[in-house]
Amino acid sequence: MTSSSVIRSSAAARAADGRVPWRSRLTRADMKYAPYFFIAPFFVLFLVFGAFPLVYTGWVSLHDWHLIGDHTFVWFDNYTALFSDPDFWNALKNTVGIFVLATVPQLLMALSVANLLNRKIRARTFFRMGVLIPNVTSVAAVGIVFGQLFARDVGLVNYVITAFGLDAVDWQANWWSSWIAIAVMVDWRWTGYNTLILLGAMQAIPKDLYESASLDGAAPWQQFWRITVPLLRPTLVFTVIISTIGGLQLFTEPVIFGNGRMLGGTLGQFQTVTMYMYETAFQRFQYGYGAAIAWSLFGLIVVFSLINLLIVRRAAR
Amino acid sequence: MKAASVRLWRTSPLTYLALIVACALSLFPIYWMVVVATRSNDVINDVPPPLLPGGELAANVGRVFANEHAAFAYGLVNSVVVSSVVTVSVVFFSTLAGFAFAKLRFRGRNGLLLVIVGTMMVPVQLGLIPLYMLMVKIGWNGHLQAVIVPFLVSGFGVFMMRQYAAEAISDELVEAARVDGCSTFRIYWNVVLPVLRPAAAVLGLLTFMQTWNEFIWPYAVLDANTPTVQLSLSLLATAYYTDYAQVFAATALATLPLFAVFILFGRQIIGGIMEGSIKS
Repeated sequence: MTSSSVIRSSAAARAADGRVPWRSRLTRADMKYAPYFFIAPFFVLFLVFGAFPLVYTGWVSLHDWHLIGDHTFVWFDNYTALFSDPDFWNALKNTVGIFVLATVPQLLMALSVANLLNRKIRARTFFRMGVLIPNVTSVAAVGIVFGQLFARDVGLVNYVITAFGLDAVDWQANWWSSWIAIAVMVDWRWTGYNTLILLGAMQAIPKDLYESASLDGAAPWQQFWRITVPLLRPTLVFTVIISTIGGLQLFTEPVIFGNGRMLGGTLGQFQTVTMYMYETAFQRFQYGYGAAIAWSLFGLIVVFSLINLLIVRRAAR
Repeated sequence: MKAASVRLWRTSPLTYLALIVACALSLFPIYWMVVVATRSNDVINDVPPPLLPGGELAANVGRVFANEHAAFAYGLVNSVVVSSVVTVSVVFFSTLAGFAFAKLRFRGRNGLLLVIVGTMMVPVQLGLIPLYMLMVKIGWNGHLQAVIVPFLVSGFGVFMMRQYAAEAISDELVEAARVDGCSTFRIYWNVVLPVLRPAAAVLGLLTFMQTWNEFIWPYAVLDANTPTVQLSLSLLATAYYTDYAQVFAATALATLPLFAVFILFGRQIIGGIMEGSIKS
């Protein structure tokens, strides 16, 4: 009813004076500009709080920029200094080490748990919620709880280890042990999330593929590696890239593990790049140098994402 | 044929055993948090350590709220405010922009959508230093708006809503509303939003959880005078790390609202995560 009356009345109005009536001009303007108004809030806020900081970090990184005093333009001095800075290389080594130590088992575990959940099982929702619940907790909470579990004198992990007759480990004191402790925190929080991502993709695989494969006599593990994994490739790429972005930015877990200090243990054995950046900018107030670390980190994330992309593409071919 | 498909989906007791082990590993640290939060400090240091909850929760919680250093009650209130405002805003702007990208025709649509997807790749850390400098410049450091305003929109949210709207809303529906004389905003409000509601709810839950759990930016820009709950938690943990009972009681309190949300809406959250994987 409304539609026909609108059409009729606008047609009548046009016939009367030969001009486009204001009502329909308003509608045309609305159709033309409304989309831009709808997407504008995102772009305005992103420009101010996302893009501007991004570009400005690059600008600051080309300066000798301190909290107070002059900002001297120094070209790429900060970056060349970074190249010969042992603390930076140490932080980089830790970050990559923890990242590899965490990501590889995490994705393998996620893949196998997803494969378990992708069967006809009872209490499906319960198991799915069970594996996802760690992801609901905050990183700060995870750091605190695992900090206690891995404590030297009163920690539960050491209690179990000594119960088996082994020596207690001073988890914070060594490179390998602190890396393991932090990797465990990361895996605990993120394995379930990746499991569900992979499970979602697994359920989209047509069932008849498996049926014809088992008719051809393919064993379950053959089906898993020949059908499931190759068809999961896009999703695997996605999870690997997400883990890379997250892993290289690792910050909260090691900070809380080290009781809130940015140094990452007495020898910097678990200081990550982000912790080093934080220390440089917010504790030593060398903003220019800190910004150079931030941009290097971004470059690393891009490089690692590309490398991972290539590896996963090749491996899952 | 029948035999093959039966063999294919067979679930052995081993499947259940493996799943139960996986869930136990997931749940144990949370259970341990409850055990320590309900015990007194001297019992926690016992050998062997206690494995069942005790009755000291009230005393530990009392100590948390009496601790002026951490301003825990204030942190809780601040987090409720910050997370609620950010969630409402992200859901509103994401559905609005997602609808525009999925169903409206305008110049530059594909290019702008690509920009939005690109923003999802930029790490927060990269902008930390200049964002902090900006906040100092406009005098927002130490104030709650510093952890609210930069997060009022989300590239992930826009993208998620675009994907959902593209499938869930038919062009005919939008066209019919248009012919009925609805303005574009009326179409959004009366036609699109009701259809998007399930996906919007999932986005809202994920946003609320993420904002509630945010750590590095509040840590950089806020201080103990205006903490979020995560900041209060880290202040407690780093200053009182020998008082495990108190710290764990606080950790449990800070996590409790999220567990409540998760138990109520877990099914939808899981659906949303699994859905996202197929579409991306």
